[in-house]
Amino acid sequence: MSQSVVRQTEGGSPAAPAAGHRISLQALRELTLLPAIAGVLIAGGLLNSSFLTVSNFIDVAQFSAALGTVVVAESLVLLVGDLDLSLQSIYGLAPLVAAWLIVPQSQLGQGADLPPAVGLLALLAVGLGIGLFNGVMIVKGRFNSFIFTLAMLILLAGIQQGIVSGNTIYAMPSSFVYLGSAAWLGVPVAAWVSGLIFLAAGLFLRYHRTGRAIYAIGGNIEAARAAGIQVDRIKIGVFVVAGGLSAVAGLMTAGHVDAVTANQGNNLIFTVFAAAVIGGISLDGGRGRILGAFTGVVLLGLVQNLLVLSQVSTFWISAADGAIILAALLLARFVEGIRR
Amino acid sequence: MNQHIPAGPADDEPAVAEAQGISKAFGPTRALDSVSVDVRVGECHALVGRNGAGKSTLVSILTGLSRPDRGEVRLQGQPAPPLGDRATWQQRVACVYQHSKVVPTLSVAENLFLNRFDRRVISWRRVRAAAQQVIDEWGFDLDVGLLAENLPVEQRQIVEIARALSIGSRFLILDEPTASLEARAVERLFGHIRRLNATGVGVLYISHHLEEIYRICQRVTVLRDGRQIVTGPVAALDQSAIVDAMVGSAVVAVAQAGTTARAEAAVRLRVEDLSVRSASGPVEQVSLVLRAGECLGLVGLRGSGNATVADVIAGLVPPDAGQVLVDGAPPRPGGNDSSRTRGVGYVPEDRHARGFVALMGVDENLTLPILGALSRLGIISSRRRESVASDLRSRLSIVSSSGRQPVGELSGGNQQKVVVGRALVSKPSVLVIVSPTTGVDVASKAVLLKVIDEARQDGIAVLLVSDDLEELRIATRLLVMVRGRVVREFRERPWDDRDAIAAAEGLVA
Repeated sequence: MSQSVVRQTEGGSPAAPAAGHRISLQALRELTLLPAIAGVLIAGGLLNSSFLTVSNFIDVAQFSAALGTVVVAESLVLLVGDLDLSLQSIYGLAPLVAAWLIVPQSQLGQGADLPPAVGLLALLAVGLGIGLFNGVMIVKGRFNSFIFTLAMLILLAGIQQGIVSGNTIYAMPSSFVYLGSAAWLGVPVAAWVSGLIFLAAGLFLRYHRTGRAIYAIGGNIEAARAAGIQVDRIKIGVFVVAGGLSAVAGLMTAGHVDAVTANQGNNLIFTVFAAAVIGGISLDGGRGRILGAFTGVVLLGLVQNLLVLSQVSTFWISAADGAIILAALLLARFVEGIRR
Repeated sequence: MNQHIPAGPADDEPAVAEAQGISKAFGPTRALDSVSVDVRVGECHALVGRNGAGKSTLVSILTGLSRPDRGEVRLQGQPAPPLGDRATWQQRVACVYQHSKVVPTLSVAENLFLNRFDRRVISWRRVRAAAQQVIDEWGFDLDVGLLAENLPVEQRQIVEIARALSIGSRFLILDEPTASLEARAVERLFGHIRRLNATGVGVLYISHHLEEIYRICQRVTVLRDGRQIVTGPVAALDQSAIVDAMVGSAVVAVAQAGTTARAEAAVRLRVEDLSVRSASGPVEQVSLVLRAGECLGLVGLRGSGNATVADVIAGLVPPDAGQVLVDGAPPRPGGNDSSRTRGVGYVPEDRHARGFVALMGVDENLTLPILGALSRLGIISSRRRESVASDLRSRLSIVSSSGRQPVGELSGGNQQKVVVGRALVSKPSVLVIVSPTTGVDVASKAVLLKVIDEARQDGIAVLLVSDDLEELRIATRLLVMVRGRVVREFRERPWDDRDAIAAAEGLVA
């Protein structure tokens, strides 16, 4: 610390800088994207008359629900200081395996025609199981999480293609597509569930001792160990939960489009990382809040919706997406600059 | 072999920590050979020894991070808990390490109660209140709402000490706690230690600064090569006896700078009206002249701006006003490479972050600045590198298995020798050195100071930024900085060290 501290120390002990000041700026980081979201809302309203309508917002919610769920999953992994690229493959493979087990052979099924409930159990088992495998290998096997989950991403996506020979599974039972297609009080069930997941994750990370342990691990793993935190167990647990959440997110999408394609989940992880990072979740671990990640999802959801509504050529949507993400990163950096 | 001198406070109560006949080997290396140390109630017990003497191994055994091959550890009169029982270990012993064990992204309050929240669902109001109570109870002064990353090193240590005390530990291990503290913070730390001692807390105090031991400790244990050379009251052991015990018979005398540079020697470095706004120590209108063959000590507390001056000269920080002339020409501001080519060698304060490339070999690190001279069309001649580097290795007596051993594997003292060697390899006309012997063992310290002094005698102009009296012994002239300004100059030896320190503390002479 600088001169100012030296000057203040004459009384004996250093006076601390004003606490309120720091904390308000901390909150600022979580709200960085609000002006950007407001800007998109205004621009959208001016550009397109159907943008600022209830039915359109419901569309956005439906679309963002699955993405948001995976963002929560990735945020948890990022907070403990790792990353998991294979979440996008779990998001595709888990519902595909589940559907494959329950639809008849004529519909590309496996032939066992299992009841939908078993399919849902299989969906969770695939998600949690792959998460467990990732977690154990990265934590106990000390593999680098980037390269290990990259390999898993490729492997799982390949299995997904292989099972259905690149085709799409349709005609799934109604109980299977319920999560993705039904609505409560006019709002898609997927949006309710995703919202609850955000809320639960936010509260858990803020108020539960295991949630705080996650921050401690990502912030300084040695300090966490020294404090007696069960670092390995919690890290593996985070991978397991992330896998489970990604499987549920995959079910949302499958239900919404009433199909599971061999490509479901392709490239999703880039958007997931973008939403988490522009929302303030640090890639170095231990820093960021779920509220911030939520604003990241909302911003990207609104922008994508606006691009579609504005009939931007599908071939240019990715480029526009990338540009928006870059702009959001610059904005976040600008706000960090103010904090310093 | 072990020479025990009985004495010290509080013999009647069981020691807060007791290690009996501890031995530990790593492969063929005997890290500890039947070492017995006890820390009594209310005692501050110094543990000293060169790097590699076995201090870290003893600490890891006393904190339950590793198991002794032979011997027994007792804490507060009870046998040590099993290794896996971290919670009980935490209640009996706490270690404040050189490398901080706080979580930077969390608040002070949360760091205090990390993993010890009284319920599963946390009430932040209660946590903050409880944290404030701990801080007040032990007489610390700290805002528990701050993020740990915004605290200076001193206060991070307080967080760790307070955490240990609140867990119930009455045995503290302080591992070089003053290594990154400025003098005033050291005083405050000593005040805390004395207060804790008075309440019965026992402290095992590890330090390279012997004078601290005389000020704060009652007994001292010296380790060398894993053996316990002596344990006894500090009052009965003078500094030379302790140094003898640490280094064995072969004591290397610290170089004493004799001559003052002649006034007609060429001016190598001229700093004119330098002002810098900097969070780590602003500088206001500093001017200085450095001639060939002199070693100018720039003395000041942490944050006084003396390290900032060094950063500007090295080209790492652009000045807001004023200029720096090396051999009469201004380097491009902010361009590190440019000041390097102009002939400024730089030894940064934080050698881990900026000093060397840990994974690269000793020789490669040493010759990084002169790759251009060693190569033709970009292809490096390993023969020429070998000859340059081996010469430096022997001059600095760098201990490594070969020139290819990664610097990250070397001891702290040898790492610092590599950093200094790298600064010298390009034969700079100005050498800027910041606290070169921080955290370095006594023998390495002597070698480092000797090499720097020889460089000065060879005609290099040395700027030594430091507040360590032993380092400053090689200075031929002193400038004292307080709050960004040069307040005093000591032109010629001998000067009174106490005057210099008093001036740096901002006391009027």
